[in-house]
Amino acid sequence: MPTVGILTLQGAYDKHAQVLRKRNVDTQSVRYRGDLLNCDALIIPGGESTTMSKLMDHIGIRDEILTFAQTNPVMGTCAGMILMANRGGDSRIKPLGLLDITIVRNAYGRQVDSFVEEIEVKTKVGVEVIKGVFIRAPKIKSIGENVEVLAELYNEPIFVRQGLHMATSFHPELSNSCAIHDLLISMIWEPVLAE
Amino acid sequence: MEKGSFEVKIGLAEMLKGGVIMDVTTAEQAKIAEDAGAVAVMALERIPADIRSEGGIARMSTPKMIKDIQNIVSIPVMAKCRIGHFAEAQILESLDVDFLDESEVLTPADDANHINKHAFKVPFVCGCRDLGEALRRIGEGAALIRTKGEAGSGNIVEAVRHMRKVQNEMKVLTILDEEELMAKSKELGAPFSLVKQVAKLGKLPVPNFAAGGIATPADASLMMQLGAESIFVGSGIYKSEDPPNRARAIVAAVTYFDNPEKLAEVSYDLRKAMKGLDIAEIPEEQRLQERGW
Repeated sequence: MPTVGILTLQGAYDKHAQVLRKRNVDTQSVRYRGDLLNCDALIIPGGESTTMSKLMDHIGIRDEILTFAQTNPVMGTCAGMILMANRGGDSRIKPLGLLDITIVRNAYGRQVDSFVEEIEVKTKVGVEVIKGVFIRAPKIKSIGENVEVLAELYNEPIFVRQGLHMATSFHPELSNSCAIHDLLISMIWEPVLAE
Repeated sequence: MEKGSFEVKIGLAEMLKGGVIMDVTTAEQAKIAEDAGAVAVMALERIPADIRSEGGIARMSTPKMIKDIQNIVSIPVMAKCRIGHFAEAQILESLDVDFLDESEVLTPADDANHINKHAFKVPFVCGCRDLGEALRRIGEGAALIRTKGEAGSGNIVEAVRHMRKVQNEMKVLTILDEEELMAKSKELGAPFSLVKQVAKLGKLPVPNFAAGGIATPADASLMMQLGAESIFVGSGIYKSEDPPNRARAIVAAVTYFDNPEKLAEVSYDLRKAMKGLDIAEIPEEQRLQERGW
């Protein structure tokens, strides 16, 4: 049985663990150097990207995540996507640069503009309609040529994948569907893709 | 597209878990809070310790102050309105505040009724001293609950009392027979549907944070170990000798709340904490936690 690490610095880490438990996948809280050693994939959850970026450097776990990401799947949701991007244009955040995308934070507006919308996502089994929960969500402003778009809303990408890495601007952990977590789990068994 | 549903209100509360929400009274303080790693700031005119010492009526913050703070930080900006003052709440909602605290720290506007929080798109947080109070506020639409503690006291004892009381009363619900829940609902003064829900879940249906008297990394750790999912800090930071360092230390203390070595490490270089007050020194009529019901 694979083990999925969840970055547990701040944010909705418990909700991701609940989804993975439904799939009988072991989870590992990632808070210290060395926690990634036994993990087969990593989730960077939603929360506040400024807080997580600072804590990542406070404990010095950034280099371990980057090494891990070279050979293992990593998924970021909302703030996690902001941290995985290579361009954000916000000096408050030092992103990991795992995805060739440009992010605009809180691009749908403040909390009163947070919303729920049905979205169509490309998964292992084809296209599925799931509930997309967008909380002060970021937008993907541009993508590199190696980035595949797995879902769009109003003609803008909301779910992208590049090799072993993927990210959503919405919160699959707050949805009633396990489709996106299933995709991450299936990626553990895929051969390592050359970038 | 559905905006302002209970689901997205709780969604934001979920994102604030494992974090520190800091009281700020100026844009400069908001910047310090964000730089220290706060997950949100609470904009208010005076911090509770000053409201307590200066007296007078404490009202919602001015729109200008809120806009100034929104312009300088990227994290969520919360604001307080007076208990029952739904007009203040409407104004704050129109300013696109991210979370509203219907707070006992401000002077109550209605001594019988709290705000009908379902009528708003903005999510609300409310304080409680026990489970009944928590469930009444959730019944009115609160998407987040916090202990009242005793704001501005720098004394953790009331927040501990309130958190223990809520946790204890929830444990009791989980072992009661279904036949006993209606009588319990009457005793708690809480909606029956929510009592049934807590009996089944063993926890509140919304996130549960701690507030009121947190002054040190150890206080933050204590509240997290007692079951809080995040921490509100106000006077504890700005009445200490080194607010930015203390703010950073409390952020780290919430992430590493169960690691004593790490807590010692983050506390090592801190200067003096706020002096604080023994609760017995505060006359009963001046205790903020007595406001609301």
